[in-house]
Amino acid sequence: MDIDELADTFELLGDWEERYRYLIELGRKLEPMPESEHDEAHKVRGCMSQVWLAHTRQDGPPVRLEFRGDSDAHIVKGLIALLLGLTSGRTPKEILDLDLAAAFTRLGLEQHISMNRRNGFYSMVERIKGMAKAELA
Amino acid sequence: MSGAPSPVPPPLDLAAIRAQFPILAERIHGKRLAYLDNAATTQKPESVLRALDDYYRHANSNVHRAVHELAARATTQYEAARDRIAAFLNVTREECVFTRGTTEGINLVARSFLQPRLQPGDEVLVTGMEHHSNIVPWQLAGAKTVAARITDEGELDLDDWRAKLGPRTKLVSIVHVSNSLGTINPVAEMVREAQQRGIPVLVDGAQAIAHEAPDLRALGADFYAMSAHKAYGPTGFGVLFARREHLEAMPPWHGGGDMIRTVSFERSTWNDLPYKFEAGTPDMSGAIGFAAALDWIDSVGMARIHAHEQDVLAYGTAQLADIPELRLVGTARHKAGVLSFVMEGAHAHDLGSVLDQEGVAVRTGHHCTMPLMERFGIPATARASLAAYNGRDDIDQLAAALRKAHRLFN
Repeated sequence: MDIDELADTFELLGDWEERYRYLIELGRKLEPMPESEHDEAHKVRGCMSQVWLAHTRQDGPPVRLEFRGDSDAHIVKGLIALLLGLTSGRTPKEILDLDLAAAFTRLGLEQHISMNRRNGFYSMVERIKGMAKAELA
Repeated sequence: MSGAPSPVPPPLDLAAIRAQFPILAERIHGKRLAYLDNAATTQKPESVLRALDDYYRHANSNVHRAVHELAARATTQYEAARDRIAAFLNVTREECVFTRGTTEGINLVARSFLQPRLQPGDEVLVTGMEHHSNIVPWQLAGAKTVAARITDEGELDLDDWRAKLGPRTKLVSIVHVSNSLGTINPVAEMVREAQQRGIPVLVDGAQAIAHEAPDLRALGADFYAMSAHKAYGPTGFGVLFARREHLEAMPPWHGGGDMIRTVSFERSTWNDLPYKFEAGTPDMSGAIGFAAALDWIDSVGMARIHAHEQDVLAYGTAQLADIPELRLVGTARHKAGVLSFVMEGAHAHDLGSVLDQEGVAVRTGHHCTMPLMERFGIPATARASLAAYNGRDDIDQLAAALRKAHRLFN
């Protein structure tokens, strides 16, 4: 998934209802996360609903990261799918270079995702960047 | 409240009421606003906004201090507000301690009243539907919190409450109206029973004062805490009613200006009631704004507000019953205007996001009542809560948005 493609899709979708429907659909298609990873260690703080994120390192060269995630809320699950689509399979350096906040704005999500939820999105972004940073070190 | 409420008050003029709340004209994502988050905070009528504005334009100064004209105006208005509030509650002005809100009122009682008389193992008896503000302060003070059981309908199990009223119970603390469920608890009966056993009672009135005028003298509770912003008043201001004999015996909690009579490096002495508990420059505009809010409530008539909200509540209960996969949480016989619900297959925050896009403001989450959510085995609910300016049209907008949500998530 790349940001230009996504932005085009969102453009085509038009009203908020279609965009929500698309997000919810993305969330439904998300690879299931093993039950064992729904734990405190993988929980992302700062989200209003429950969010878990985990990753696996694919030895290279170059080293690439694969992410998994889940949430008990549909829209958040859709946001996770978006984020994972943009980051999974990339190298830590690539992930750190991504401007994910700008992507959020570009998709026009600000009009549809409340402030409190947006902060949750940024908490997920930070967690993913944190995992990438740890792999670089 | 002036005069006895008539049994069937004339209906309230909804259009005229709404015209007094400028914020209701806001457009939300291009839609009409259906503001249904009144249990979190109510909107403010013109008269309250004007009182706040007038205070800052014509009277602002620090109270109880300077001898200049503005200080006299500020002090006069501020103390008149205390008289107004005391009259509304039917208690004396000395018994009305100004606070930042319900939470601070409860913390004051926990630290100044309860803590000094606490022995290890002593308990505070609460209910399973308490707000965290009526749990955590007692724990911080060192008490053990014991909670009476809640039924599946969201009513308090009075027999269980009686059974838990034990020799270690140092204080009973009960919510008058549940913020999460709307349940109205039989506080008068509970106050009487606890006091017969020599146990003092605090009532958390945060959700009650906008819906029925509490006659605190008649209720007889030892303490009653409230917040102005939940009753059409400004944020950051509240009142703790406490019986005079308690206030006289209680040590000050916060030290500073205004609460002292004399200060020396050897020893300080305390001001009269209620100033002994009001350290620092108070929230003058908050007090004046709250008095204006009580005037507004009286101008409409509490009995009329109550009857109107009950009508909208009954209508809403019936409308929501028709939404597929939706379940109401809290179906007590005596309820204030709160509709808490969950929808199968959708998280409360998902519902909240969809409703927001449709201009409907509700609260989603655990409503600061995590033990209650656990009791019902749910992480969160969506909650629509009513005020005087809500009507059946708000319910219709809510119901239509919920149908949309159901189509999206199922």
